[in-house]
Amino acid sequence: MSTDKNYSIETNQLNLWYGDFQALINVSVKIPDGLITGLIGPSGCGKTTLLRCFNRVNERYGNVTTTGEVEILGKNIYDADVSLTELRKNVGMVFQRPNPLPISVYENILFGLRVHSEQRIRKKSETDEIVETALREVFLWDDLKDQLKVKATTLQLEQQQKLCIARLLPLKPRVILMDEPCSALDSKGTGTVEELMLELTGQYTILIVTHNMAQARRVSDECIFMLIGEIIEHNRTEDLFLTPQNTKTADYIEGRYG
Amino acid sequence: MATDITPSSSPTEITDPSLMFTATEQSRKKQLMENIARAIFFVMTLLMILPLVLIVVYLFVKAAPVLSPEFLFTNPAKGMRAGGIWAPLLGPIYIVITSLLVSAPIGVLAAVYLNEYARASWFTRIINLAVVNLAGVPSIVHALFGVGAFVYFAKMGRSVLAASLTLAIMTLPVIIASTKEALNAVPMAFREACWNTGATRWQTIRGIVLPNSISGILTGIILQVSRAAGETAPIMFTGAVFFKAISERDVFAYGLFDRFMALSMHLYQLSTQVPGVPEALEYGTAVVLLGAVLTVNALAIVLRVYLRSRKRW
Ligand SMILES: Nc1ncnc2c1ncn2[C@@H]1O[C@H](COP(=O)(O)OP(=O)(O)OP(=O)(O)O)[C@@H](O)[C@H]1O
Ligand SMILES: [Mg+2]
Repeated sequence: MSTDKNYSIETNQLNLWYGDFQALINVSVKIPDGLITGLIGPSGCGKTTLLRCFNRVNERYGNVTTTGEVEILGKNIYDADVSLTELRKNVGMVFQRPNPLPISVYENILFGLRVHSEQRIRKKSETDEIVETALREVFLWDDLKDQLKVKATTLQLEQQQKLCIARLLPLKPRVILMDEPCSALDSKGTGTVEELMLELTGQYTILIVTHNMAQARRVSDECIFMLIGEIIEHNRTEDLFLTPQNTKTADYIEGRYG
Repeated sequence: MATDITPSSSPTEITDPSLMFTATEQSRKKQLMENIARAIFFVMTLLMILPLVLIVVYLFVKAAPVLSPEFLFTNPAKGMRAGGIWAPLLGPIYIVITSLLVSAPIGVLAAVYLNEYARASWFTRIINLAVVNLAGVPSIVHALFGVGAFVYFAKMGRSVLAASLTLAIMTLPVIIASTKEALNAVPMAFREACWNTGATRWQTIRGIVLPNSISGILTGIILQVSRAAGETAPIMFTGAVFFKAISERDVFAYGLFDRFMALSMHLYQLSTQVPGVPEALEYGTAVVLLGAVLTVNALAIVLRVYLRSRKRW
């Protein structure tokens, strides 16, 4: 790794416990700005947990203790003066199962803005434009421009997932966290979502958890391998897959962990 | 991972392909059992409906001589042996409304807190346990509590207010439980989606959780209406009286500190305490009581169907 890169996420000695079960152990990692970083590892190794640290949404899930530092864009997000709502505005998340809200496509895209803006009513022309821009950015505009009033939960899964990505964009996030965004989609859906991710690089830092080795190789610039709460290896994707430094990494990518 | 698939049994040998789908002795037997089972279940269902139909028909026939709007809007007269049921009809309406005005807001807000805000801790565990157990306490216990707490300690005397508060205490845990259930039915994924846009818990509750659970919440509350209206024990010691004349056709006839008459108790007294009551009067009272309960339940069903049709996912 070259040393003059910009990092949008840096963690230092991050530990996390659910009750007295330690799910993350001394995680120190630097995620480069504007690139796609893949996060791989067997089930239960703490990928989702790590992702949820970056917008501190872990804290909504019961008895969680965190120590260590997480810096996003140079700011430690566990500092006392950090507003969780502002943080989550800048760090968006996409889930394994598409979870559009049970309201119209149009309102889904505006939901984040409405949550954050004081003035309730925006001009219709303004919101129309926001919705169109967001949908165009995820290649959904042509499919959905006549269905903006349709309840988002009735769309096809692939459209729902893209909508979930589009929903983040009006808030102008800097980081997008994706937790197995394609595992509920078929191969065509997976293909278009991957295309979309590649399209979004540069503007956004993307961190994607995946169980699909091929996908990690296709979309990510760097790749992180985790095992039981620890980071085992972090390298350029090519290097990690072609010349893994750690035998555990090699075992995993060759499918010896299941 | 490839696993070898070994057939658990080899297909039965078929000599003549044309006989392949013909019923065997065994399958004919199974079909017979199937028919018998279905018939038994059907008959049992009929047996369940039959008494209901019989009761309704019987009540209406017996009550026919007194049933008229006049019956609803006049007070009992001549020592309960004539007149209508105005005072006993209005009483439960008062106490049901007053008690729900107290228990519904408290119950719903408490349930929202328990379900949406509270973390698992010994404190919330105790509260949840208390809610479950209180919901199962017999109503006579609530009645005694009401006498002690409201009639004597709070010096409300035997009154609409004391009875209402007693009923409120009785319905509160059930409302909390049913509201929690309705909230729980909203998928967690919706909440996660909201939180991850930076929505506060309150924004999440207002924007997504409540709109999608309101039908369940309201149904739970309405079902408590018929329960509160039908209970005799909690009101008997806290405000309901044998007889009280109120101004007829005036819906504001009772005051909060008045004693009142109640339909269920009135019916009990007509049929056991007062000699020489015309039969039709008893049955008429029963028909009104039944009608009121069915109306409320029907309302709950209609509301649920209506709200569910508008449900947003
Ligand atoms: N809310 C929670 N409370 C308690 N333990 C949890 C919680 N969430 C996760 N865990 C535990 O923490 C560990 C890591 O979970 P996590 O969901 O981060 O794994 P993961 O790598 O995302 O797995 P998967 O690939 O199955 O999604 C697991 O052992 C899990 O059981
Ligand atoms: Mg996960």
